[in-house]
Amino acid sequence: MKHTLSVLVENKPGVLARVSGLFSRRGFNIDSLAVGVTENPEISRMTIVVEGDDRVLEQVTKQLNKLIDVIKVSDLMAEESVERELVMIKVVAEPKMRSEIMQIADIFRARIVDVSPKTLIIEVTGDEAKVNAMESLLKQFGIKELVRTGKVALTRGLKSVQEEK
Amino acid sequence: MARKVTGAEAFVECLRKENVEVIFGLPGGAILPIYDELYDSNIRHILVRHEQCAAHMADGFARATGRTGVCMATSGPGATNLVTGIANAYMDSVPIVAFTGQVPTSMIGNDAFQEANITGITLPITKINYLVKDASDLPRIIKEAFYVASTGRPGPVLVDIPKDVQTTKIEFEYPKTLELRGYKPTIGGHPLQIKRATKAIMDAERPIIYAGGGVIISGAHEELRALAELILAPVTTTLLGKGAFSETHPLSLGMVGMHGTKYANYAMTETDLIIAVGARFDDRVTGKLDAFAPNAKVVHIDIDPAEISKNVGADIPIVGDAKNILRELIKGLRKRPRAEWLNKIEKWKKESPLRYDRSGKELKPQFVVEQIYELCPDAIITTEVGQNQMWAAQYFKCQKPRTFISSGGLGTMGYGFPAAIGAKVGCPDKTVIDIAGDGSFQMTCQELATAVINDIPVKVAILNNKFLGMVRQWQELFYGKRYAATYLDTSPDFAKLAEAYGALGIEVTKPGEVKLAIEEAVRSDKPAVIDFKIAPEENVFPMVPAGAAINEIIDYEG
Ligand SMILES: Cc1ncc(C[n+]2csc(CCOP(=O)(O)OP(=O)(O)O)c2C)c(N)n1
Repeated sequence: MKHTLSVLVENKPGVLARVSGLFSRRGFNIDSLAVGVTENPEISRMTIVVEGDDRVLEQVTKQLNKLIDVIKVSDLMAEESVERELVMIKVVAEPKMRSEIMQIADIFRARIVDVSPKTLIIEVTGDEAKVNAMESLLKQFGIKELVRTGKVALTRGLKSVQEEK
Repeated sequence: MARKVTGAEAFVECLRKENVEVIFGLPGGAILPIYDELYDSNIRHILVRHEQCAAHMADGFARATGRTGVCMATSGPGATNLVTGIANAYMDSVPIVAFTGQVPTSMIGNDAFQEANITGITLPITKINYLVKDASDLPRIIKEAFYVASTGRPGPVLVDIPKDVQTTKIEFEYPKTLELRGYKPTIGGHPLQIKRATKAIMDAERPIIYAGGGVIISGAHEELRALAELILAPVTTTLLGKGAFSETHPLSLGMVGMHGTKYANYAMTETDLIIAVGARFDDRVTGKLDAFAPNAKVVHIDIDPAEISKNVGADIPIVGDAKNILRELIKGLRKRPRAEWLNKIEKWKKESPLRYDRSGKELKPQFVVEQIYELCPDAIITTEVGQNQMWAAQYFKCQKPRTFISSGGLGTMGYGFPAAIGAKVGCPDKTVIDIAGDGSFQMTCQELATAVINDIPVKVAILNNKFLGMVRQWQELFYGKRYAATYLDTSPDFAKLAEAYGALGIEVTKPGEVKLAIEEAVRSDKPAVIDFKIAPEENVFPMVPAGAAINEIIDYEG
């Protein structure tokens, strides 16, 4: 099973290495990891997607909590959080295929962010299902390159993953 | 009013504030400004012959005294030489702070002379580490380092200090408070969980207390004894738990696991309730996990939540400091007879005690350890790794905490001798004896110089079997006696080696000489090495083969 963890950490050098080192040393698999500073410049938020059963998740959470630079770890439930990922896909787009590709982009509310004589770059944001659907539809035209940011997520409503005062 | 001082001056000032009395170390270019400052200070510096030993000495000092040990090295090779010692302290939860010099900040990352990324290297073996980039952060970082090392589940912390940081002038002020958002160890146990544990204990027919090093770290030995005597449960300990419960107490089962007593392993297998205190269900304790304590509920008391249900699922986890939790737990418990269980254990103890050939025909290592115990029951014992370590654990009956010091988690050969030096520095009035193997001793015996020059009269009892004995034992039992690379054909004459360094050297070949030799070594005010030429192919029994259940035991057939 996949779990999305929202992890607040000190925004300091070495912290990312500690977190990623922990995953590799303990044999946990990271699906994706996205990191950026929060509203408080001293604190960064990592959104980590891990694969594993409840036992693995428990160990991951405990081991993360043990790191002194980790301030808080929460397991985000899919229903109670908004999850997004941004993907850019460079597709082969011969003139006669262009309109079809643009139609697909339209349906997915994706944007064309670069045009060249032989390619288009499409930017799409969404949850995993949407991004995957888009990717598989574009495959038939030939995907030259693809980049994903990794998932980011926030809990819905008033609740928040914040450091405890 | 803040004063202007250099980073190096601030360093010494900070160590004074932390009441550091002794540093184990060896200098080099990148840490010269700090050494220059130490030259005039009243902090004792003990010059080692290899930095690994500085870390082990700090570790031995910490285990013997309960205070944080400090070691120091220069950049590059000095720093990397500390690594084994730091890893060792990490595995056994020992509070040490390691300081390293580093190339100047402007040169970091350029592969400068003697540059090593020591914070990167020690990332997975420190609780936290720091590269000090701004001299004005130094006081705060040092305060944090000592705080983190010694609190919660203790462990090593490394502080890497570039040379220019040591010479930069800063406004010195030692911070009074600390802010570590991500570090708040749980101390008190959850009352509800304690209540559940109370009920489980009152309901149990065959409880066993399984005590680890956490009991000693927490200072919970009195509470542990009170608990055992109240609920009349037998107590077994891990290797690091030796001393948490007196092994002369009628309820003591000695050590559990691979080379534990048979009765401890039988009791562990038949118990219906394990009360684990500050222990982590290491594979050397549990053997084959599926067959481990099949009928037992588990109460697991530990300050580190990550240890709970890591290897063996806990039915009742209680996170917090052992001393606090045991105190609370005892309040809710009453005496309850468990005659049947205790009778069974007595029977096991009678039927299968620790055994070896006592005919006196050969010099047996077990006999040597028994003699050491008889003559110096109050000594601090350190051990090397291998058979010597297991014989020491089996035959030296520990009565007090912090008197048995051994490399458990990492199993570092060469640990015992420098650890003994550290322990003796911390406890100068105690007799300190390293029970050693001839292989292990040769990994760090150069510290004889340190012991002699600094007048640290530790004693080394080498159980010399001319083999890397424990490995040879595995080869004998599991690899058809093919002794690949385990025969130590040319070792030096250890007694002469000791004499060459200015220590006392004694050689013993017969059982009848053992007592006199120990007495002479202990009486001497010099460091001493006794070379016991023991039966070369003696094995450690009982033994649970790796991967077997802990009641599937190979034992001495005599
Ligand atoms: C640094 C290190 N290298 C290798 C080992 C593997 N090892 C475990 S026990 C042992 C033999 C130890 O020999 P010795 O010190 O003579 O002790 P004995 O077992 O003979 O008592 C070895 C090589 C180790 N534990 N540590």
